[in-house]
Amino acid sequence: MIQYILRRLLQVIPVFLGTTLLVYYMVFALPGDPIAALFGDRQPNPAVIAALRQQYNLDEPFWVQYGLFLKNLFTFNLGNDFTGQPIAATLGRVFPVTAMLAIEALVIQGVFGVAAGLFAGLRKGKLFDSTVLITSLVVIAIPTFVLGFVLQLVVGVQLGWAKPTVGANVTWGTLLLPAFVLGLVSFAYVLRLTRASVIENMNADYVRTATAKGLSRPRVVFAHILRNSMIPVATYLGANLGGLMGGAIVTEGIFNVPGVGQKLYQAILRSEGPTIVAIVSVFVLIFVVANLLVDLLYAWLDPRIRYDK
Amino acid sequence: MTTPDVRISEAGGPATRPLLEIKDLAISFATGGGEVQAVRNAHLTIMPGETVAIVGESGSGKSTTALAAIGLLPGNGRVSAGQILLDGEDISHATEKRMIELRGNTIGMVPQDPMSNLNPVWKIGYQVRETLRANGRPSGPDDVAEVLAEAGLPDAHRRAKQYPHEFSGGMRQRALIAIGLSCQPRLLIADEPTSALDVTVQRQILDHLEAMTSELGTSVLLITHDLGLAAERADKVVVMYRGNVVEAGPSLDLLRNPRHPYTQRLVASAPSLASRRIQVAKEMGVESDELLAPTDAAVQEPEKAEEVLRIENLSKVFKLRSGIGRSTDFTAVDNVSFSVKRGTTTAIVGESGSGKSTVAQMVLNLLTPTSGKIVFDGVDTSTLNNKEIFAFRRRVQPIFQDPYGSLDPMYNIFRTIEEPLRTHKVGNRASREKKVRELLDQVALPQSTMQRYPNELSGGQRQRVAIARALALDPEVIICDEAVSALDVLVQAQVLNLLADLQSKLGLTYLFITHDLAVVRQIADHVCVMEKGRLVETGSTDDVFDSPQQDYTKALLNAIPGAQLMLPPEVARA
Repeated sequence: MIQYILRRLLQVIPVFLGTTLLVYYMVFALPGDPIAALFGDRQPNPAVIAALRQQYNLDEPFWVQYGLFLKNLFTFNLGNDFTGQPIAATLGRVFPVTAMLAIEALVIQGVFGVAAGLFAGLRKGKLFDSTVLITSLVVIAIPTFVLGFVLQLVVGVQLGWAKPTVGANVTWGTLLLPAFVLGLVSFAYVLRLTRASVIENMNADYVRTATAKGLSRPRVVFAHILRNSMIPVATYLGANLGGLMGGAIVTEGIFNVPGVGQKLYQAILRSEGPTIVAIVSVFVLIFVVANLLVDLLYAWLDPRIRYDK
Repeated sequence: MTTPDVRISEAGGPATRPLLEIKDLAISFATGGGEVQAVRNAHLTIMPGETVAIVGESGSGKSTTALAAIGLLPGNGRVSAGQILLDGEDISHATEKRMIELRGNTIGMVPQDPMSNLNPVWKIGYQVRETLRANGRPSGPDDVAEVLAEAGLPDAHRRAKQYPHEFSGGMRQRALIAIGLSCQPRLLIADEPTSALDVTVQRQILDHLEAMTSELGTSVLLITHDLGLAAERADKVVVMYRGNVVEAGPSLDLLRNPRHPYTQRLVASAPSLASRRIQVAKEMGVESDELLAPTDAAVQEPEKAEEVLRIENLSKVFKLRSGIGRSTDFTAVDNVSFSVKRGTTTAIVGESGSGKSTVAQMVLNLLTPTSGKIVFDGVDTSTLNNKEIFAFRRRVQPIFQDPYGSLDPMYNIFRTIEEPLRTHKVGNRASREKKVRELLDQVALPQSTMQRYPNELSGGQRQRVAIARALALDPEVIICDEAVSALDVLVQAQVLNLLADLQSKLGLTYLFITHDLAVVRQIADHVCVMEKGRLVETGSTDDVFDSPQQDYTKALLNAIPGAQLMLPPEVARA
């Protein structure tokens, strides 16, 4: 087991180098001059431009730039962005916000999605089942940004149940509406996946045997139907983490959440290579570690899978 | 206590009241096309301590009847008429709460398939413990281990900590028996408890089950498709056919004097009771020597049957991964030699893991032998180049076990049978269609089958299609890998007769891979018995069956259910 975890962690190295290289190259290849963009319409002094270029190593060839970036990374010096602020400090400020948002979204889709899916699956073909099936289809069909704006308008502005925008003052409560929007599409998928899985397992032989043993209905449902139905759902939740991070860019934009998504969006607009690569690197790390955790969870859920070989 | 109760026990003991009595039971299923009656007018009585078997083929309603007795009919099924009396109480419409009380400690169940009836994500011990706990019995680790040990699981404390996938099929079935009997129910429903297991394991498990139930005084309702097994294990046999009880009575009476035509057919075709090879050729007045001679007998010496296939010192070693970069050798087939004469049937018999299918795959040139030679018609098959292998495949064709898995569900029957002809560029479209029609005639399927798809056919029909497909290229040798194992007895008998018939007409040579000795008896001329990759005994079928030399062969033969039943020869041969 330990061996397996170590091997998986070693795999992080090539994945990390590969993704950073790719992202760095794409930023490098972006058209337009980021330094010129800093000055807007003004004509700056060529000497200033040259100094700035040198400061950010923009006058070096690609491989040197990338090498310098890696060197800085391993000495835990992420450098400054084009406005002169240290990138590390920025990341430290924005990541906790997005983490809160993602956790809330995960809880919404995980807990509520599984509960609704279980209930619908057990009462297949009944009113609740048909209702959630149609509703979830509608939710999946509507793009997140439409859903976000509609809910912002209805729940935030017209009904006044939640703050329409989050702003600088971030709390669990103010993040609830954006987290709901962020988690809603996956909630629908989790619900449908759980439902299908429950229906399949409900008719499994071992469930019939469990009933024949004289177990009570709740025991049969939770220990035998639900537990076995969680296996595909866990896999989906892990793979979906990337979608959650991508979705954060849109959701944070709509609700003005000062998180990673918003920062990344701004950095892309300004062609700020170092900031983009730094954020994406952290995304990659989170993604790889989260998938490792899901694989371990998967092995715990399904003992037929063993990683010790 | 009321007086009548006392009087009953004085008169003839408590045994005078049946434990389970099924009266006029009808069960129907709600389907898209309305209600379908699965069981009609079922009658059944089980006295305390008695074992009663329900026999029938798949779809006869035997399992449905048993499931109704424990309140486990599938969601769309219901008892539409009649009563199920458990110790006098009608439980046919009992509440779910009452059924939960009864299940486990009054009615226990041992289900059919050990592979799918244990929850793969829980340890065996946990699955025993929850049973004990749900029925209010002590459920400590020692209690769990005791229950498992009683069912014949060695080293029960350690075994309880393992998961189902770490158990063999036989061990899983023992665990299921342990669970079924853990709360000492008064009635045990055993639904085909051993049909998925090897014969020797089957025998051990049935013996053990019998010992346990007789010690506890448990009544058993045994569901089986195997008449021999039912007769050997049960006091009374109930025969069901298409939802009706057609005959019932004490086991041996019923077996010796079957009255209903269906029971007569069942007795006649039960492979475990038949004692001779299907003698199509002899019935037609052809001597077997003539059969052994090739069709172009004029060229060959007539008295010497030609050897078509010779296996010399064949071995296959698989590398099993056992860590990073390391591997251990697993010898699946160990130095096996035998030969097959043209026009005869050679059976390779063995239990799961004996290497018999590996031999078949090497003969088919689907696996490369590690060492040894396969000589087909005088040519070592390992020396063939790609073109020659292509030609070889025309002459050696397989029929596989699972007619559900080996036919492409997206191909209609015409395309399935025509495909080998097209692959080998035989004839034009018109002549191929003519050939397909002929083949369907040969396997006794209507020509209208051509436009249908595999899922529209029954198991027996599909296996006929598989046979027609194998025959399409006029092969000389057919390798049947468990070709009839998935079929009901009557269908199995039909398919075996068809194979024997085709052999006498076309001079085919069969290499028959099977775990079922009863089938071997019916079809084979020669037998090779394999155990753990080695060939332990070989000889003519009569010699091996009448005087087996090896202990392993004897154990296999003894394990055939019903083998010990002395039947009058006219019944056995009917």
